[in-house]
This record gives sequence, structure tokens and C-alpha cells, in this order.
Amino acid sequence: MPYNGILIMAVILFIIGITGVMVRRNIFIMLMSIELILNAANLVFIAFARAFADPAGQVIALLSITLAAAEVGVGLGIFVAIRRTHNTVNVDEINLLKH
Amino acid sequence: MNNIYYLWLIPFFPLVGFIINGLFGKKLPKPVIHWVANVAVWSSFTVAVIAFFDLLKVVPGQRILVDPVYRWIFTGGLAIDIKFLLDPLSAVMILVVTGVGALIHVYSIGYMHDDPSYYRYFAYLNLFIFSMSILVLASNIVLMFVGWEGVGLCSYLLIGFWFEDEEKAYAGRKAFITNRIGDFGFILGILLMLVIFKTLDFVEINKILIYHGETLSVTALTLIAIFLFIGATGKSAQIPLYVWLPDAMAGPTPVSALIHAATMVTAGVYMIGRLNLLYAHAPVAMAIVAAVAGATAFFAATMAITQNDIKKVLAYSTVSQLGYMFMAMGVGAFAAGIFHLMTHAFFKALLFLGSGSVIHAMSGIQDMRQMGGLKKYMPVTYWTFLTATLAISGIPPFAGFFSKDEIIWSSFASSRGGVVLWAIGVITAIITAFYMFRLVYMTFHGENRSPEEVKHHIHESPAVMTIPMVILAILSVIGGWVGVSPVIGKLFGVENSNIFEEFLHPVFAHAHIHFHHYSEATEWWFMAISVGGALLGILIAFYLYIKRTDLPRKIALKVWPLYKLLFNKYYVDEIYYYLFIHPIYLISLLFLWRFTDVYVIDGVGVNGSAKSVRFTSRILKYWQNGDAQVYIFSFVLGVVLVLGYLLLA
Repeated sequence: MPYNGILIMAVILFIIGITGVMVRRNIFIMLMSIELILNAANLVFIAFARAFADPAGQVIALLSITLAAAEVGVGLGIFVAIRRTHNTVNVDEINLLKH
Repeated sequence: MNNIYYLWLIPFFPLVGFIINGLFGKKLPKPVIHWVANVAVWSSFTVAVIAFFDLLKVVPGQRILVDPVYRWIFTGGLAIDIKFLLDPLSAVMILVVTGVGALIHVYSIGYMHDDPSYYRYFAYLNLFIFSMSILVLASNIVLMFVGWEGVGLCSYLLIGFWFEDEEKAYAGRKAFITNRIGDFGFILGILLMLVIFKTLDFVEINKILIYHGETLSVTALTLIAIFLFIGATGKSAQIPLYVWLPDAMAGPTPVSALIHAATMVTAGVYMIGRLNLLYAHAPVAMAIVAAVAGATAFFAATMAITQNDIKKVLAYSTVSQLGYMFMAMGVGAFAAGIFHLMTHAFFKALLFLGSGSVIHAMSGIQDMRQMGGLKKYMPVTYWTFLTATLAISGIPPFAGFFSKDEIIWSSFASSRGGVVLWAIGVITAIITAFYMFRLVYMTFHGENRSPEEVKHHIHESPAVMTIPMVILAILSVIGGWVGVSPVIGKLFGVENSNIFEEFLHPVFAHAHIHFHHYSEATEWWFMAISVGGALLGILIAFYLYIKRTDLPRKIALKVWPLYKLLFNKYYVDEIYYYLFIHPIYLISLLFLWRFTDVYVIDGVGVNGSAKSVRFTSRILKYWQNGDAQVYIFSFVLGVVLVLGYLLLA
């Protein structure tokens, strides 16, 4: 199958992303890792869109890129605010609700 | 079957009275309280009288009027209605209940006038009339059971009316618990009835028994009859469950008159009358009823001889008279049993009211050894009391003679009776006359033996108390004239002199109990024996308690073991204590409380469930720690596990 390479690429991206979210404590790195996961999914959409000659996959990929952009906008805003008020980007230290 | 749409008013009025006095009585002035209660019960009586005359308008064979009020339970094949039934039997009973009840309500105004819980007393009394009329008018056995339990509750509440006194509260509990034992049998009877008949309606059951009676299993019918009779032994104080009634005298005396003499305790007799066809189909059960009744009548009468408490004598007398009624039921003389129920309601209510009047005058003293010579202080009480005593002793022409003699005669003449039952009846009649006149002589005759401070305010009771007594005294005389046996009727040239039996005949007609025929001379002889027996009893009492007052003590000393046995009521209470109450108490203390309650219910049940929740949450809380990365790790782990399973499987 000619798209195996692309799918393997997507899997690798996904694993890097999810590992990043799980192990890193810096919220900016975690957000970037989430972007990686999203892009892994986009890659799969594109690959199958080509494989089945169906443009629906590309449409979904475009939609998800748009959503990811919006999400990054909101997320980064929050994180910058946290950085300013709490003077930290470490998730372990952002635990106000726990106390 | 015709309808009678106002029958529900009979229980309705006392219910309203109960609600008014029960909810607002505390704030109402005394006159309002007793007017509310009295108007309620007199209205019921009026409705009952109207209903009675409406019933008389119907042709004798079709005298069954119903008042369907409400469909109560409707599930599967079972339909239970709140439906009231008026036939000659319930008509007689409802007239007695509301009539005697109304008189006792009036009497209570005088008797209870100083009581701080006046409103509570009248509220309970109204509730009792309500429950009792439900019991009497019920057209199915479940509704009857509702009334049955209701009167049991009122009995408990009124026996323990002065609950500050531990002993009186105990008497109330004893009555309630003893009745619960009987009710257990009653419930089993109802359930078995449902299985056998598929209906609980009295009219339907009678139809089944008339048309298909032979196809039903006799064993099942016998079992039903025995179970229901166990209920009756509790409510109507028969052996072995009679022990609560003497203690029930702890309640106010009008209560003893109304509940524990005239009405509630006769519920068992009424129940057998209602189900006479069922009992007729179960000869073994009827034999048991007759045997238990004979034993109760005799033993209760012997226990009454040695009692010194005026109310206790009357209590045992009630047990004994109830034995007579059940004896009539057991030999199939249903009409005679109901007849005695009615006359007994008159004269026994009067005896209790009279004793209440005496206790009232004696400032609460109930011991007859401290009375004596009250005749000249309270003439109305004395004469009415004497009337009732003559009636219960079975002296013609007083009411008790006709009913008691009919029972004694039937117990001989019935194919289900016999000479043994007859002999028990006669001996009991002698003892009855003896202990009743012992009571009269000790209380009203001879020297006054009361303490000085009591003596100078012995007085006749007010009119509000004496008038009900006079009315009941009149009824104790003439009440029996509606059921004169044909032999005597002939003497006076009256045809069909037994109007009462004729009136009830349609209810009992299908039972087909065979009575042997004897010549009139035989019947006269038997009558002479029972009257002669009663006169003998009176004579002995006269000799022992008027002529030779030193003798009773000597006789008691001479037959000391027997006297002691009787005085201690055959030690039945003690036997029950060691046989049942104490073991149950011990089991409760050592096992049910210390183990079942503490370890099983509290330990495993209540605390156990709380502890298990705490334990699991203590473990689970490490998982729900608010750390998003741990959650993600859980997701990934879950996905890996599920995917791994799908791929490998």
C-alpha cells in the first residue's frame, strides 16, 4: 500500500505528541504536543482522502486546522495570563483548585 | 341486592368528631368537646335507626342492602371495595354498637369531667365507634380486618389512657400484643380464603358455599375457620388469649363498659355469625369453637369467684359470657349467640357503668372489701345494678334469661352439641349467679367498711351518669322479650314469639344445622333446671355474704390450695410468663439485641455499608487527583488495552 509511509509517519507523530502531553510539565510544550496529535490526525485524513479519492477527508482536515488555530489562540492567551499572575508555566504548580 | 346510599354516614360522623377533637381538642373548652363527640355518635345512631327501618321495608328473604363507596384495591383478579353491607345481622350489631356507644358517651361526660385529657378521651372514643362501625358494616373480610385492627388500636389507646402509670401502660401493651398474636391467625385465614374462594366478599363467599359448597376441600375450610377463630380468641378474650381482658380494666370504666364488655370483645362472635356458612361447612372447627368456648365460660367463671376488685369480677364475667356466645356459635345456634351478644351488651354495659358509678363515689377505690352498704347512699345505682345482676344471672323475665336459656337449651338440642356442653352451661350459670350476687352483697349490702375520709363523700352520681344507666336498666329488662322461646310464647298465647330469631333467620338459613326435637315438657324441665341453678347460686351467695359472713373465710381456709389456685387465676399469667414472655425476653436480650441488632443490623447493615463506601472511595481518590496528565495516561492505557484485546482476540 503506497500510503503506509504516511500512516506510519502519523503514528509516530501521535506517539510523540501523546508522550509529550503525558510527561512534560511545561504547559507550552504540552500545548505544542497537542498540536502534534492534531496534525497526526490531519495527516491520516489527507492520506485516506487521496487513497479513496474522496475530498471529504481534506475538508475535515481543513476544518480541524481551523479549530486548532482557534484553540491555540485561546490556550496561549490563558497560559500567558497564568504566566503573568502565577509566574510559572509548570502544571504541577498550577493547582489552586486543589487547595 | 338493593343499594342504600347513606350507610357511609354511620362511620363518617364519629370520624369527623375524632378529627375535630383530636386536632383541635386541646384548645376547645370542655362543653364543646363533649358536644362534638356526643352529637357525632348520636347522629350515627340516628342513621342506624333509619337504616334499620329501611331494611324492614324490604321483603325478609332479600334483606341485603349495600352501599358501594369506593373501589379500594384492584389488581389482577382481586378487587376489594370499601363497601358497606346492611343485613339483619349487621343491623342488629350496628344498633347495639351505636346505641350503647351513644349512652356511654353521655355517661362519660359525668365520669371523666375532671380529667385533664378530656379531649383525648373523647377523640379516642369517637375513633372507636368509627372503627367498630367499619368492622360491623364491612362487606368483605379485608375491610372488616381494617375495623378489627382499628378497634384493637383504640382499645390499646384507651386501656393505657392514664399512661403515666407504668402498670396501666403495661396493660395496654399486653392487650395490644396479645391481640397481635390472634391477628396473625386472622391474616392467615384471610389469605387462605383468598386462595380457596378467589374473592373476599361475604356475599360472594356465601354464594360459592351455597352452590358449590360440597366441591370445596373440607380441610381447607376447616383451616380457614380455625385461623379466623384464633383471631377471635384474641379479640374476644377466649382461651388461650383471654389474659389481656382482666388487665384491660386499667382503662377508664366507661371504656371497659363500651369496648371490653359491650362491643369490641363481641367482634369475634359477630365474625363467626358473618361467616356462619363457612363454619357450618367445617364441623371440626365448630367443635373446637364449642369446646374452647365451654372451657372458657367455666374457667373464667371460677376465676371470678375469688376476685376482690369490682371491675376484675366483671372482667372475668365478661370472658365467661363471651364463652356462652361462642358456645352458641359452636353448636350452630347462631341467632341465640347474637341474641345473647345483644342482651349482654345491655346488662354488662350497665354493670360496668354501675361499678363506675360506685368507683366514682368511692373516690377511686375498687376493692369490694372496702365497700358495703352502698345501697342507701346510691339508690339509683343500686337498683339499676341489681336489674343487670338479675339479668346476667338468668332470672326471668330479665333479658339475660331468654338469651342464656336459649344457648343452654341449644347446646343440648343441637346435633353439634351434647349433654357435656349443656352441663358446663348450667354449672357456669350457677357460678355466674353466685359471683354476681357476691359482688352485689359485698358492695351494696351489709356494713360500710370504707375508710372515714372516703365515707363522708359517698354520693349518688349526677343525672348525666344515672340516666344512661336507667335506660340500660330498662333495656336489660325488656331487651329479651324480642326473643322469647316458642314454649313460653305459647303460655301467653303469642304466636311467633321469637321475633329476633325470625329477623335473623335469612342470614343463618343456609347453615342447615340440625336440632333434635324434644317434647315441650323436656324443654320446660331444662328451663327449670337452669333457672333453679341460678336461684341456687343466689341463695348460696345470700347465705355466705349476708347470713354467715364469717363462713367465706373459713371455707377459703379449708380448701386453701383450691382457693389459692383460683385467687391466682390458675397461675396462667405466670405460666405464660415463664413459657413465652421470659424466653422471648431472654432471646431478645442475648441474641436479637446483643447479636442481631448490634452486629448484624448495626454492624453489617448500617455501619457496614457506610464503611464499605468509605473504603472504596479511599482507594479511588488516588485516581481522581486533578492531574490532567494522569487522566490522559488512563485514557491511553485504556485505549491500548482495548486495542490489544481487539487485535489479539
